[in-house]
Amino acid sequence: MTTATLAQEVTYIDAISQALDEEMSRDERVFLMGEDIGAYGGAFKVTEGFLKKFGEWRVLDTPLSESGFVGAAIGAAMMGLRPVVEMQFADFISCAFDQITEVAAKNHYRWGAAVPLVIRAPFGGGVHGGPFHSECPEGWFFHSPGLKIVAPSTPYDAKGLLKAAIRDPNPVLYFEHKFLYRRIKATLPQEDFIVPIGKADIKRSGGDISVITYGAMVHLALEAAELLSKEGIDLEVVDLRTLIPLDKETIYASVRKTSKVILLHEDNKTGGIGAEISALLAEDCFDCLDGPILRIAPPDTPVPFSTPLEEFFLPKVSDIVAGAKKLAVY
Amino acid sequence: MDQAVVAKDIKRSDLLEMYYYLRLTRSLEDRITALYRQGRIVGGVYTSHGMEAIAVGYASALNPDDVIAPFHRDMGAFLVRGFTPGEVIAQYLGKQGGPTKGKDGNVHMGDLKRGMIGFVSHLADNMPVAAGAALAFKIRKESRVAFAGTGDGGTSRGDFHEAMNLASVRKLPVVFFCTNNQYAYSTPLRYQMAITDVVERAKAYGMPGEIVDGNDVADVYLACRRAIAKARAGEGPTFLEFKTMRMHGHSEHDAAKYVPRELLNAWQCKDPIICAEQLLSRLGYGDESYFHEVLERTKKEVDIGMEFAEQSPLPEGRETLVGVFATDDEVSP
Ligand SMILES: Cc1ncc(C[n+]2csc(CCOP(=O)(O)OP(=O)(O)O)c2C)c(N)n1
Repeated sequence: MTTATLAQEVTYIDAISQALDEEMSRDERVFLMGEDIGAYGGAFKVTEGFLKKFGEWRVLDTPLSESGFVGAAIGAAMMGLRPVVEMQFADFISCAFDQITEVAAKNHYRWGAAVPLVIRAPFGGGVHGGPFHSECPEGWFFHSPGLKIVAPSTPYDAKGLLKAAIRDPNPVLYFEHKFLYRRIKATLPQEDFIVPIGKADIKRSGGDISVITYGAMVHLALEAAELLSKEGIDLEVVDLRTLIPLDKETIYASVRKTSKVILLHEDNKTGGIGAEISALLAEDCFDCLDGPILRIAPPDTPVPFSTPLEEFFLPKVSDIVAGAKKLAVY
Repeated sequence: MDQAVVAKDIKRSDLLEMYYYLRLTRSLEDRITALYRQGRIVGGVYTSHGMEAIAVGYASALNPDDVIAPFHRDMGAFLVRGFTPGEVIAQYLGKQGGPTKGKDGNVHMGDLKRGMIGFVSHLADNMPVAAGAALAFKIRKESRVAFAGTGDGGTSRGDFHEAMNLASVRKLPVVFFCTNNQYAYSTPLRYQMAITDVVERAKAYGMPGEIVDGNDVADVYLACRRAIAKARAGEGPTFLEFKTMRMHGHSEHDAAKYVPRELLNAWQCKDPIICAEQLLSRLGYGDESYFHEVLERTKKEVDIGMEFAEQSPLPEGRETLVGVFATDDEVSP
């Protein structure tokens, strides 16, 4: 039997666990911090079995103290370790906002201290989490120079980007979409691989309209593309994968090819990543646009709890189909 | 401090060196204040005037491979760690020759090679960071200690409490301190907290604490040495409250009219340099002519530093764009 046939399908969440396990085995400087990650294995069980395998000083249960343990991770990183911090939910990252934006993001610029730190943040809606367990807080950090931000959409990218983040000499915010955790599977290469930070990926090639997106929305865009292909509209789906630094080259190449753009994200609309990319396109690709830049994103409200409210809130395949049809007439 | 204890527990050469650093701190900060008055310094100048014994004392008590996350009035710690007056003045003038090359000003400087964690304005932010440095030492089983502090005002912030708690739960090799100089900008201690001794805060975290005379360099040094030895021995963190008084305004722009003059007068005779000289005289380690010689020597060093800083170029505008991200070779080993 070849190794390929031995390879098993893994879920998105398994891919994250594998990346952590492999990096901790490869490099003894890598250690984990977070709430309930030890004996309990984490709220989503990403680190199940890790305590036994790596011991309590590499799988460190912390007090309920996001600012405190992110600060501590910064200190440990500056002393030469490679901490990976787990936010129980991305929503709680706001408690550590100050440490991330004022300390981690600025230390190298101000006084030359590298902070090789990863913060894993399970984000996003569609899981009936309500206003405090569904947020997409990447926009807050998108505006803070000194941070890198990634948001994988597939098991392959989840594993490869987490490994790249752990090996990066900078603070990296790793937004993992919890709706995808156990919903998508893939067969991954047996050998070690990374997905380089700063590289977008064309998840579907197409000639008519570029849908630029990331996270769980990638799958929505792919679904819409299938439907639209039957109506003769050919979507290109650009998965950003990395939000900072943005892969302008891939974005611009796609837009120059299609001349039409939909920016799709799950974070609310105002001041989001879509707004920034829209401005970049207006500055740098104005001459090749054949229609208005369209943003599809939730309204400017907190993420509501009740099913019909959350369904209303989240972007839908039908929104993308309608948007694409509107653009197709230009 | 009882001179018999000092004679027994502190080496004469160490005490004389601390006196030198007290003087150097004062001479350097006096020069920086003068530059500020001449309008040569843009931005704030926060001095340790009247509180020099704290940073000089604790930095002298640490080993060279221990790390310090200083408070914003700890110039003495930078000097003990080998920052030169020239580098410091260049920093205040925004010159290339400063440790941050103009990227940041005044006491916001750091250098991991010299074990100094760069100060962050947001008070108490570096306390969890220091706890994390101590965590790294513990994970690696290194015999190193982290030392970090903030002001009485800074102890009201959440990060102070999160750091105290985290360090205590995991018995980390860290020593925390508070420079209780009675005021936080214009806010007196009674509006900062409902206790009179900041050390009370440590009790909530199951952390031993001690009140220390922050104006007596020998007392500071010995208290720090005890706490550091405990941390190094794996016995966990200690909290030290250094009682002192802020003798200047919050920053040099501030006349501090809100501080009663009688209070300042009462503290004036407890000036840490005067106290140190009295102690050295009593021990027979130094006399007036020696003190004068040290004063002149430190002034000379500051003059030399001033020359260095004057000659150091300003950064080019486009250097703004350099250094947002680190490269692999810059990560600490
Ligand atoms: C989080 C935060 N809020 C406000 C400030 C502005 N600020 C700078 S120093 C200071 C007072 C600090 O008081 P204290 O901690 O007692 O130290 P002191 O300056 O009195 O020595 C204030 C309010 C700050 N630096 N950080």
